[in-house]
Amino acid sequence: MAINWFKYAAPINFYPLAGKLIPWFAILSALLCATGLYLGFVVAPADATQGEFYRIIFIHVPSSILSMFLYMIMAAYAAMGLIFNTRLSSMMATAIAPTGALFTFIALWTGALWGKPMWGAWWVWDARLTSELILLFLYLGFISLHASIDDPRRADRAAALLAIVGSVNVPIIYFSVKWWNTLHQGSTIKFTGTSMQITMQQAMFTMLAACWLYAMAIALTRVRSIILERERNTQWVAELAEVKQ
Amino acid sequence: MKTLFYLLMLVVRRDLILAMRRRADVLTTLIFFVMVVSLFPLGVGPETDMLRKMAPGVLWVAALLSSMLSLGRLFSADYLDGTLEQMLLVPQPLSMLVLGKIASHWMVSGLPLVLLTPVLGLQFDMSIAAIGMLMLTLLLGTPILSMVGAIGAALTLGLRGGGVLLSLLVLPLCIPVLIFGTGAVQAVVSGMNVSAHLSLMGALLVLALVFTPWVTAQALRISME
Repeated sequence: MAINWFKYAAPINFYPLAGKLIPWFAILSALLCATGLYLGFVVAPADATQGEFYRIIFIHVPSSILSMFLYMIMAAYAAMGLIFNTRLSSMMATAIAPTGALFTFIALWTGALWGKPMWGAWWVWDARLTSELILLFLYLGFISLHASIDDPRRADRAAALLAIVGSVNVPIIYFSVKWWNTLHQGSTIKFTGTSMQITMQQAMFTMLAACWLYAMAIALTRVRSIILERERNTQWVAELAEVKQ
Repeated sequence: MKTLFYLLMLVVRRDLILAMRRRADVLTTLIFFVMVVSLFPLGVGPETDMLRKMAPGVLWVAALLSSMLSLGRLFSADYLDGTLEQMLLVPQPLSMLVLGKIASHWMVSGLPLVLLTPVLGLQFDMSIAAIGMLMLTLLLGTPILSMVGAIGAALTLGLRGGGVLLSLLVLPLCIPVLIFGTGAVQAVVSGMNVSAHLSLMGALLVLALVFTPWVTAQALRISME
């Protein structure tokens, strides 16, 4: 039996699929978030050196991981849209961008909240902070370029090119800023084992999964709206139960 | 090969002539550069020590901003009178034409900044060695600004509010150039080795030279379809 790999690349098929997936992602995300926060704020012990302040990492680390991860995913979808000319990929890229920007903002904000008691300053010009800020600028550039072009197809393609150029530039920016100044503590989780207590680690990974599922649920919700907006003149949208009402 | 080089020279010559016919446009960018640099001492105070320390950063940031100002003109005149459409139809690769336009744009808006630097450097009481290094880094860096900026200029072609949007898109991408450019000058001032900074800037220049004309050509095709 031949599998049609591209079945869900058509908005007409993807729209109901996304509608079915969203509740699952949303419920799972809420459950994991509750578990993660309970583990992180109640079960996990206080840190030896940072006391209770370290608990911000249960929000800070997942959101900063996702802020970078989502940029990659967004750029990948945008590139797919540009190369294969698939409408849905570009819509996905557009749908992911605001969530990515939100996580970048949360990462910066929680970092500032942590920085005040630990470093004695809300903001320091450290490599990771600065590159995270630049990442936020890149997200905003993508969103505003897309928003200022009226023709959606041209907007998709122009924004896609920008996302690709940005993703090529991200490592260059990261290393240039790193050589410029470094104060942020190094990664605790490395591929060669970790120096972290096991409950803390479990709480953090649970929160990471929760944030990831949230990002998927919200991106799919947004892409459904984008599909409706762009395909509003088609027959299948007119026949949808929620449109008919 | 020979025809490609001929084409490149043709575009450079044409754009230089056009720029010379509209000298005011070129001069405004330069005046803007001088003005922004001169505003800093008025804003932060006249202490020579502090100004000397700030000078490389101030000049670099001013160069970045003034190159953003002139980028809007890179394709817009050709876009408005239809020349750009003709350029898309030429049998020769579009990236070569784009490279020619970028080169002449740099000669008109980047090179004068480099030449103005010594005067402004003296205003900030910089040492001769530091001024020399600043000129060298600007010489290496301003072409990168023009090339990266060309991508943004092509993407925002014909959009309302294109100028501000252009800065929003291009400035974050120019940060590495700013860091290495000012870093080299600070290294000279503190007596350290500058070869690392200069090598990195050279690498960025080569990287930009290889990729940006092609990416800009793609962006132009997207904007013009």
